[in-house]
Amino acid sequence: MREFAALFARIDESTKTSVKVAALAAYFQTAPDEDKLWTVALFSGRRPKRTITATKLRVWAAEAAGLPDWLFEESYGIVGDLAETIALILPPPSGQSDEGLTHWINRIKTLSAQDEDTRRTGILAAWDVMPTAERFLFTKLLTGGFRVGVSQKLMTRALAQATGQEEAVLTHKLMGKWTPETTTWTNLIETDDPDADLSRPYPFYLAYGLDGLDELGPPSDWNAERKWDGIRGQFILRGGEHHLWSRGEDLMTDRFPELAQLRDFLPDGTVIDGEILAFADEMPLSFNALQSRIGRKTVPKKLLKEAPVILMAYDLLEHDGHDIRKLAFRTRRNRLKMLVKETPDTAPIRLSASVPFADWDALATEHDRSRELHAEGLMLKRKDSPYLAGRKRGDWWKWKVDPLTVDAVMIYAQAGHGRRANLFTDYTFAVWNGNELTPFTKAYSGLTDAEFREITAWVRKNTLQKFGPVRQVTPHHVFEIAFEGIQASPRHKSGVALRFPRMLRWRKDKPVSEANTLNDLKTMLATYG
Amino acid sequence: MADVLTFTDRGIYCPAGDFYIDPWLPVDRALITHGHADHARPGMRSYLATHAAAPVMQHRLGDDARIATLDFGEVRRIGDAEVSYHPASHVPGSAQIKVTVKGESWVVSGDYKTISDGLSEPFEPVACHAFITECTFGLPVFSWTPQAVLTSQINDWWATNAAAGRFSILGAYALGKAQRLLRTVNPDIGPILTHGAIENTNDVLRAQGIALPDTIRVTPETNVKDHPGALVLATPGAMAQPWARQFGRASTAFATGWMALRGVRRRRAMDRGFVVSDHADWDGLNTAIRATGAEKVFVTHGYTGPFRRWLTDQGFDAHVVSTEYSGEPAETAEDTI
Ligand SMILES: [Zn+2]
Ligand SMILES: [Zn+2]
Repeated sequence: MREFAALFARIDESTKTSVKVAALAAYFQTAPDEDKLWTVALFSGRRPKRTITATKLRVWAAEAAGLPDWLFEESYGIVGDLAETIALILPPPSGQSDEGLTHWINRIKTLSAQDEDTRRTGILAAWDVMPTAERFLFTKLLTGGFRVGVSQKLMTRALAQATGQEEAVLTHKLMGKWTPETTTWTNLIETDDPDADLSRPYPFYLAYGLDGLDELGPPSDWNAERKWDGIRGQFILRGGEHHLWSRGEDLMTDRFPELAQLRDFLPDGTVIDGEILAFADEMPLSFNALQSRIGRKTVPKKLLKEAPVILMAYDLLEHDGHDIRKLAFRTRRNRLKMLVKETPDTAPIRLSASVPFADWDALATEHDRSRELHAEGLMLKRKDSPYLAGRKRGDWWKWKVDPLTVDAVMIYAQAGHGRRANLFTDYTFAVWNGNELTPFTKAYSGLTDAEFREITAWVRKNTLQKFGPVRQVTPHHVFEIAFEGIQASPRHKSGVALRFPRMLRWRKDKPVSEANTLNDLKTMLATYG
Repeated sequence: MADVLTFTDRGIYCPAGDFYIDPWLPVDRALITHGHADHARPGMRSYLATHAAAPVMQHRLGDDARIATLDFGEVRRIGDAEVSYHPASHVPGSAQIKVTVKGESWVVSGDYKTISDGLSEPFEPVACHAFITECTFGLPVFSWTPQAVLTSQINDWWATNAAAGRFSILGAYALGKAQRLLRTVNPDIGPILTHGAIENTNDVLRAQGIALPDTIRVTPETNVKDHPGALVLATPGAMAQPWARQFGRASTAFATGWMALRGVRRRRAMDRGFVVSDHADWDGLNTAIRATGAEKVFVTHGYTGPFRRWLTDQGFDAHVVSTEYSGEPAETAEDTI
């Protein structure tokens, strides 16, 4: 565990990409295979399941440290992380251990199958042979809360450096349903054939936001489509079975059972990149309809009727069992068109239509129609572009509609977590309702660290009342809040709920009296809800 | 019986001797625990400090400041009070101040740590009836890395960077922490460069007989490329300024007790964080308080609320006093430079 803890510390403390990649590459060259495999798994979000409740852990740790519960809670409040609090308050270890990461993960698995007394003894014994940094990671693994500040992309880059393989090949190898229990380092990384696993998705190609139309060259080089506001997904049909993957590599097959029909209409060896959309009468429903389906593992019949989904097909990645990502977009799209055409109208699949345009001005006019079509904007794809892996510049661009905005007054503030513990970063905002300020949303991102520090100092001096961790502050600061959508919500006092609210700007120039009103929000709801 | 010390809006006051301890507003007679800026402020008509603390204070407060000195353990009579200074192991010359009036003794801890840092005079527990203690790190999550482990952590970090031809920039406060680190590191690894603010303090301490390894002051004329792989000691402020850019793609680290917290480590965004403090950790505070034998304890300067409650649970007559020493935890520097 020592080497893994050292690796984690290097990655966690530094903000320099070069430092993180170098630390990872060195680790991949020296660690035992089983630990490397677990590291790749953990760094790609394949965490062991939560096995022991946090409540028990905190009680055991406080007992071992001889501290009252309230003092544990105070400490937790300052540290902001349970595993870290536990790691810090425990007395110094009385022994040491040379066991590696895999040993401790297996130990956790064994313990989770045993009764509470055995678990308690086992966990206390483990804590007692680990220094703070290892304890912290062990406890994170126990609670299923392990996270690391390095993207899968950087991890793959380090892996490429350490193994001499190409990054794109490794990216593909790391996708899919594998876990360290179902494969080995040799099978996954060294000798692996990417097609061995029938459910394995291709890395998604992601677009950057459009900088400007001027640099794109002749309009005829480009295909435009709507950017639909659903869930990006990859539909895989191989060996008679289908799988649906999200961009975050979640398997969503069971959440959208209606897509199973597509097995009857599409040929085997097909992989389609598209958008899962709630859809009725040849129109996308609002994102709110799809929202009711997200997070549900099983879907009641009623919901299937109210919010039926389709696959809005963007691109074809595999055709007749062949990886066709290197073919030109126009070719892939023609083949996709043919496939979709073969399916009956009742099948839950549509081709995302091209938006024809003669020049950029015409396209701008189309862009303006986005909201009325329930689209988020436009996608521009170069007609001769291959399907790349990850976020790449040049061939694909997203052109999103501007967010909706309101000017709102900050009325509550709460401290953040992790890197931002001890800074007030989570705010509640209100708009005018007559002479009263009615809260309508929270937001906690969009400002710089310097701005957060400035507001934190201000909050400390301008607290009217404390409710636990929440401080009510003098209504004084106005912020421009941006959001992607608005919907009616009887649960909220304001009657509305926003989608992706964030702080766009701190409007130091605006007095509180010039903030927006609840009526303004209701007008937006009527127009865009 | 009247209290030996009272808490006023100018600072801690002794009515029997008509003097203040570490006041934050101008007064006639100020007894000073140590030279950090939140304890030794300008504008007092007279100062009283230990011999060892005085030179830095004179340097910082200017030649006009009237600073009288005394030895550790020496008893002075001021009005109806008896006053003596005792080592606090915080920085060279730092003291706890003991005040006795009619047989009742109160002690003001100033800033202190209980472990020996190889630089400051070792901490001395002082028996008293009431103890006014700092509790900057008064939560059980704070437990300092043993000095030997710390030494090898810093030396390893520096040696690795030096081998790769990189500078190692280490952030530390100018008085105390910087010199403690200087005496901790292995000077055989490479040259040691210092920021001017730190080197000024080094000069003062060297002049009073405190041995420090050789250092090179970075001036506008210095070509830092002549000292590849050097350790660069810088104040926290300097690390954030264009000054630090002359060292190119250096590895950066920061040495403070706050580095015990992951959130702070990540916010500071250094390559390394070394957990080292000149304040007492949780065990240090508890040990020090018990060693005084005091029944009454006043806590200040840190996590006062929970720490007072903890002490009350342990059977002390504990109170919180608010003072103006150092700011809120983790947001501002642990010590003012
Ligand atoms: Zn101090
Ligand atoms: Zn202080």
